[in-house]
Amino acid sequence: MKQRTSRRWSWKIVLLLLGIPLLSGYKAAGPTAEEVIASVRAKLDKVNDYEANGKMKTNVVFIKAPIAKVKVYFKKPDKLRINNESGISFIPKGSVNINLNNIFLNGTGSFDIIDVGTEAGTNLRIIKLLPKDENSDVVLSTLYIDESQSLIRKAKTTTKDNGTYELEMTYGKYAEYGLADKVIFSFNTKDYKLPKGITFDYDDGSKKEQDPNKLKNKKGKVEIVYSEYSINKGVPDTVFR
Amino acid sequence: MWKLLQIELFKIFKRPRTYIAFGAIAAVVFLIQIALKFDGKSYIDLLLSNLKDSFDFNDDFKLDLLNGYLICFVILNTLLIQMPLLVALISGDSIAGEANMGTLRLSLTKPISRTQYMLVKFLASVIYTVALLVWMAILALFGSMLIFGTNDMVVLRSEGIEQIKSFDVMWRYFAAFGYAAVALTTVSALSFLLSVFAENSIGPIIATMSIVIVFTILSEMNIPIYDQTVKPYLFTSHMVAWKGFFYVKADAEGTTINGSIENLPAIMRSLSILLIYIGLFFGSAVWVFRKKDILT
Repeated sequence: MKQRTSRRWSWKIVLLLLGIPLLSGYKAAGPTAEEVIASVRAKLDKVNDYEANGKMKTNVVFIKAPIAKVKVYFKKPDKLRINNESGISFIPKGSVNINLNNIFLNGTGSFDIIDVGTEAGTNLRIIKLLPKDENSDVVLSTLYIDESQSLIRKAKTTTKDNGTYELEMTYGKYAEYGLADKVIFSFNTKDYKLPKGITFDYDDGSKKEQDPNKLKNKKGKVEIVYSEYSINKGVPDTVFR
Repeated sequence: MWKLLQIELFKIFKRPRTYIAFGAIAAVVFLIQIALKFDGKSYIDLLLSNLKDSFDFNDDFKLDLLNGYLICFVILNTLLIQMPLLVALISGDSIAGEANMGTLRLSLTKPISRTQYMLVKFLASVIYTVALLVWMAILALFGSMLIFGTNDMVVLRSEGIEQIKSFDVMWRYFAAFGYAAVALTTVSALSFLLSVFAENSIGPIIATMSIVIVFTILSEMNIPIYDQTVKPYLFTSHMVAWKGFFYVKADAEGTTINGSIENLPAIMRSLSILLIYIGLFFGSAVWVFRKKDILT
């Protein structure tokens, strides 16, 4: 008798637990993809322009380059310039994409939002943006968003002409503006070769290592570590010429 | 012997044709500088044409790239192939010219040994070679720095790009010019050796140039049968090792290591081979000259 009563109670508790989320609708399942995108945009929209100091490291198979001191300038809607303060830097095409505003350049109505769910392990929300304009160079953008802070941690942009760009962001003291302390920008590179008749290289007789993985790796990386941002202080247009 | 060296240098620098080489270098350097000053961007476009899909090369980038250090590298790349001719003009004339004028026998009546005489003649040729290089350094390096300014140096190799910070460049040029002096002294020694066998200077000069041209073609051809057999022993293969000073080491992530040289032992090996050639050519010249009947 006692056993039957306790079994009835446990069923009631289970039903109650299942019923609570149903009664409260979808709210407990977290914000919709549209809401997540809106909150990310709201954060990024706080920034009209910035000037940032940083150090840039270039990692491309066929380039040996020193770490460069750079100044990065941004102005809404899509102006971005990376200036090496004390030398030369090879700036990859598509580097304008290090500015995350660029993803939403044509407004939220210009793309379809696809909610892919959360990434196992990191718990980042994966949202794909599919441009409605068939002539758009961007074919697909995949965003990995930290919902709790409304920050894009990773972004992959596939373009028609320039391959795929990948961004990885680490945030610090400028997180409230959606500005990263460290950005790793990965991009596709093509083979580099110049005729020996032009370069007249010195052949030192050493056998060059033919690492097949290295040759297959056609991805270049640029890493910018920002030391400080000067936000919404105004940036003259002359900088971008 | 010092007095004799002074006389030899006086003879070399008194001749108008000595200055042909200085004039030729100045003309080539100025022509390259003018061309790159007015149309350097096209040259950069050509060099970076297969990178333009991956990188943004705006006008500022091209102007920064076209700095004095790169211009000097381009000039050296062009001129150091032609300079053996200019060096051979003097060293090829060294003994053969005396024989042609009939002054060789007279010169040897002085109270000095034939070895000393040869040493002085060769030293005078070496000083002329160094003077040519200093002249070239002034025009090509310092002149270009003045006209184009300085910045990081970018060296374009057939399979990669090396970027060197501007503060890390100058010592490399001093090392490269030092090496080039040894490389050209090798040509000078060859010409000097050939000069011993001839009665007029045209023969040794043309013979030297022919050897240098044939060897350079063999050195630059990428044919496997020559790569392992002939190429490593040709002095022309090692004459371009000055470029090795501009090939830098990088860490695992491709970041340049300041002050580094990619393969210093290889440069040293090339330098040793050139020094052996100089010793061999000069030693042979002295040996032949000591045994030679001087009839003119």
